[in-house]
Amino acid sequence: MNFDFLFNNFAELTVTGLAFGAIYALIALGYTMVYGVLQLINFAHSEVFMYGTFAALWTTMLLVGDTDVSTLRGIGVLLCSLVAAMAMSATIALLLERFAYRPLLKRNAPRLIALISAIGASFVLAELMGLRDRVAAWFGLDDNLSEYVSGARINRSMPSVLENKQLFPIGDYQVTSVDVLVIVSAIAMMVALDQFVRRSKMGRGIRATAQDPETAALMGVNATRAVQMTFLLGGLMAGAAAFLYMLKIETTKFDVGFLLGVKAFTAAVLGGIGNLRGALVGGLILGVAENWGSALFGSEWRDVVAFVLLVVILLFRPTGILGESLGKARA
Amino acid sequence: MLLEVEGLCVNYGHIEAIRDITFGVEEGSITTLIGANGAGKTTTLKTISGLRKVREGRILFEGKDITHLPPYERVLLGLSQSPEGRGCFPGMTVRENLDMGAYVRKDARSKAYAQDLERVFHLFPRLEERVSQTAGTMSGGEQQMLAIGRALMAKPRLILLDEPSMGLAPKFIQQIFSIIGEINEQGTTVLLVEQNAAQALKRADTAHILETGEIVRSGTGAELAGDDSVRAAYLGGDV
Repeated sequence: MNFDFLFNNFAELTVTGLAFGAIYALIALGYTMVYGVLQLINFAHSEVFMYGTFAALWTTMLLVGDTDVSTLRGIGVLLCSLVAAMAMSATIALLLERFAYRPLLKRNAPRLIALISAIGASFVLAELMGLRDRVAAWFGLDDNLSEYVSGARINRSMPSVLENKQLFPIGDYQVTSVDVLVIVSAIAMMVALDQFVRRSKMGRGIRATAQDPETAALMGVNATRAVQMTFLLGGLMAGAAAFLYMLKIETTKFDVGFLLGVKAFTAAVLGGIGNLRGALVGGLILGVAENWGSALFGSEWRDVVAFVLLVVILLFRPTGILGESLGKARA
Repeated sequence: MLLEVEGLCVNYGHIEAIRDITFGVEEGSITTLIGANGAGKTTTLKTISGLRKVREGRILFEGKDITHLPPYERVLLGLSQSPEGRGCFPGMTVRENLDMGAYVRKDARSKAYAQDLERVFHLFPRLEERVSQTAGTMSGGEQQMLAIGRALMAKPRLILLDEPSMGLAPKFIQQIFSIIGEINEQGTTVLLVEQNAAQALKRADTAHILETGEIVRSGTGAELAGDDSVRAAYLGGDV
């Protein structure tokens, strides 16, 4: 075990771990909210995230091309990419709810059936993106656009819009503007979501449906609307995560959702599935632990560390670290 | 008639839960359905509020056919149900539960809203003392009061009460029935489902007895309370 490496790079490993963890946490919110309301693992949520990364990528490419842009224009481009990613992910999440889940739940299908439907939807969405050069050719898109959508099975990188400045040192590590942007905006999004669910009327309706769907219906909550809203919020968060991921990692691929999705799901279970604050805690712990673990054992052990951590925590706390559900979350 | 139920049949899978139930609820009255466990009382209420699918028959509210409306639209029309047992949202505070009752109202900051809250606290002073306590940590009786108070916050024309006395200590039972009387005197029509037949018949204008999914007797509360066979079957011989 390489303790020297861990201690010498402790600050860097921790800060980048937090940045990764914040992205995991944003995706985890989608898993945890849908689980809280429907007791269903939305396995296609990873694809909701993946489509967001492409929306961010394409928007940036279309607006920037290969030229250098001024700082002000760069900020504008990034904002557009963020909005596009959130809109794309939210749309995919709503389509999933409408076509992969609602018809099944309406007929009172067992949750297992919905789970299979989710896995199927996940493959379809990923493969559609994997075939996108052919799909684009089929639609006869113009050269400019089909150049962006081509090469469907290879990594696509994001043009860098803003210079990644070194802001301030922690220990030996110069914290960069991307690190700060990712961590701060992820936490801001999560606080906003938490407040919305706790304080707004719609949020109260969602929590009521999570605690007791029949009684919530007796209060006049439109269950379909509450479920839709849950998918919408999860999609928006996954879109924001996708944008931040593209800032930090800068490349994406049609199957990028798989590992990220599994990690985010792990974060959700780690923190206590159904619990919004648990998703944040689980995500951050997972991100940091992975980085420390890969420093100690070598980077090929990164995923092993993540899943061993999950198993160990569940052995001692089967309901996760915070362990209460969305429904029971108090105001 | 405020509510009319005509030839209602409801199934759970292949099992008939209620069969050909017909009755009405007069505006301003207290109507009660009594009967043993499993007679179909709760199913009848849940079907009226839209939680169970109707196989046959119709439900009319103020003459409007609501048989196939989703539950939330029935709440908008003025139907409000307090569910059986501890039907509160356990993770929410008393105040949040009451706000949930008023979910379909759009006047949360108005004077009328504050007055309705005041009215609930007047009926159930206990709730005011515990306004920021989590509902799941309260006693069964307190949760029952909360469920009734919450149903009132919707300002219903018709309130459906499912076993409000279930699991309560005897002194609370008296209290809850006198509160139901008070709610009715303030102008809300009540449809009451009870196993405590003695108390229910004492308050009811009209009563129906359910046995294995069917109405077997109907009459005024006083009539049924005075009937020998009813007394023997449901009132343990003496009232």
